[in-house]
Amino acid sequence: MSGPGLYAAVAVRSFRRYSTYRAATLAGAFTNSVFGVILAYTFIALWSERPDLGGYDVTTAVTFVWIGQALLTPVAIFASGAEADLVERVRTGDVAIDLYRPTDLQLWWLAADLGRAAFQLLARGLPPTLIGLLIFDLRFPSNPVTWLVFLLSVVLAVTVSFSIRYLLALSGFWLLDVRGAQTLTIVLSTFFSGLFLPLVIFPGWLKDVAFALPWASLLQLPADVLLEERTGWSVVQALAFQAAWATALLLLGRLVLRVATRRVVVQGG
Amino acid sequence: MSLIEVDRVSRTFVVRRKTSTLRRARQVVRAVDDLSFTVTAGEMVGYIGPNGAGKSTTIKMLTGILVPSSGRLRVAGLDPSAARVELARRIGVVFGQRTTLWWDLPLRDSFALLRRIYRVPLTRFRQNLDTFVELLDLGDLLHRPVRQLSLGQRMRGDIAAALLHDPDILYLDEPTIGLDVVSKSALRGFLREVNAERNVTVLLTTHDLVDIEQLCRRVMVIDHGHLVYDGELAGLHAFGNARRTLVVDLSDPAPPVDVRGATVTRVDGPRQWLEFPAQASAAPIVAAVAAGYDVADLSIQEPAIEDVIRQLYLDRR
Repeated sequence: MSGPGLYAAVAVRSFRRYSTYRAATLAGAFTNSVFGVILAYTFIALWSERPDLGGYDVTTAVTFVWIGQALLTPVAIFASGAEADLVERVRTGDVAIDLYRPTDLQLWWLAADLGRAAFQLLARGLPPTLIGLLIFDLRFPSNPVTWLVFLLSVVLAVTVSFSIRYLLALSGFWLLDVRGAQTLTIVLSTFFSGLFLPLVIFPGWLKDVAFALPWASLLQLPADVLLEERTGWSVVQALAFQAAWATALLLLGRLVLRVATRRVVVQGG
Repeated sequence: MSLIEVDRVSRTFVVRRKTSTLRRARQVVRAVDDLSFTVTAGEMVGYIGPNGAGKSTTIKMLTGILVPSSGRLRVAGLDPSAARVELARRIGVVFGQRTTLWWDLPLRDSFALLRRIYRVPLTRFRQNLDTFVELLDLGDLLHRPVRQLSLGQRMRGDIAAALLHDPDILYLDEPTIGLDVVSKSALRGFLREVNAERNVTVLLTTHDLVDIEQLCRRVMVIDHGHLVYDGELAGLHAFGNARRTLVVDLSDPAPPVDVRGATVTRVDGPRQWLEFPAQASAAPIVAAVAAGYDVADLSIQEPAIEDVIRQLYLDRR
């Protein structure tokens, strides 16, 4: 296998590549801002009816909206991250070229996805946040440690999200078309990440289920870290939860790739 | 020393075909059937056959991305599918219809990534890159993203990419497909040079027989998974049912000439065309015609290599 230098190079090139799509980035950041405004007013209405809903006050709830809009694309809650290229390579059979290379397929695409996420955190994350700050009363922490832990939590969020999207891409070895599976993934991640409604306001058992699923890692947990809704030991628990899902899903991805390769290699593509 | 050893290798695929709405027939297809050959280091071998003959299946097995159903395979002393990653460092592969380059990256960046993938020492990488940039005229293309390159330019990039890590073996799967005459000729010149200067063993599949004629002394013909010919290109003429033609100009128009071992296929005034098997000697036929008729001129037409191969494919149906 090649060294870490290769995967760093892959991440850097992926960052640069996404930075060339200027119009798409601008249009995306604008869309995030518009959705942010709509959702923020909805949440204000909701929280003025039910103050302290889910333990959030109205400022926390509105800040949550803008964190969601900032993380939506970097964390690829609607999929279409670096795995989109892998989906295409599996569909066309170009993945055969990747398979005979002395590289690790999963690390390669994880590196590419992290490079993409880094770019999109800057280009798709910051502009809507600034718009949100201009229009609404938001609350961000002043403690730099909170920001650092938040960044770590976002890296883990991208990794968990990637590990799910990687499995989706590998499903292409069996399915003629992954678009159905992709739609299902998007619906699940939109609902269970807390993008439209924070998981804290889910009722009873549904809330317990949602907090146990991997999608909680994508938005709810990093947001709670930044909102300082979690402090001390509870932050460590959140990071451990994300790391555990990342590890489990990445290992599952390796297993599935082995089965898929065996299928291609032994049975013929 | 044999670099590639293929010993009684077969590869079957199971195809499920819908015969009615509910029923599916299970059919076993033998893509490669009891195939044996060896390739020696430094050879340049043409591997030809009609579509579906088993060429790509063979290449896939040799690169390790497909496991043989039976038989024994060794490439550079390694079992390809078991030692795929190790083998990958020793082979280069070019698919005419796929690219190993990255669409959105400038050509230079693709090369830099490949250097890291194959861990090519920087000095060696620079030497190789300089050589290929010069020989393949890549200088103006290095900064251009691959998606902006023409097919011929992309192909040159792909070939350089496959050779950056100094592989012992280069597999070329239809490298000249879709290229214009000038690009084809430049590419062939480069391949000859690489083979001669770097002692890279080349296995080339193609539908363009000019590639074979200009590059390979040895040619293997596969059909229905069987090797039907393995030998010198020149020997193909004499193989199978290929026929040569003796064109005779008589001094006056005459009825079809009658000589042993040849048949008249066409008569046009004083000119007659006599066909005879390619492996037979022309001398006795020429002698018989000259002895029995008043001959003004004669010439022999060798069968075109394409006709020989077409005949070879047809005979096996």
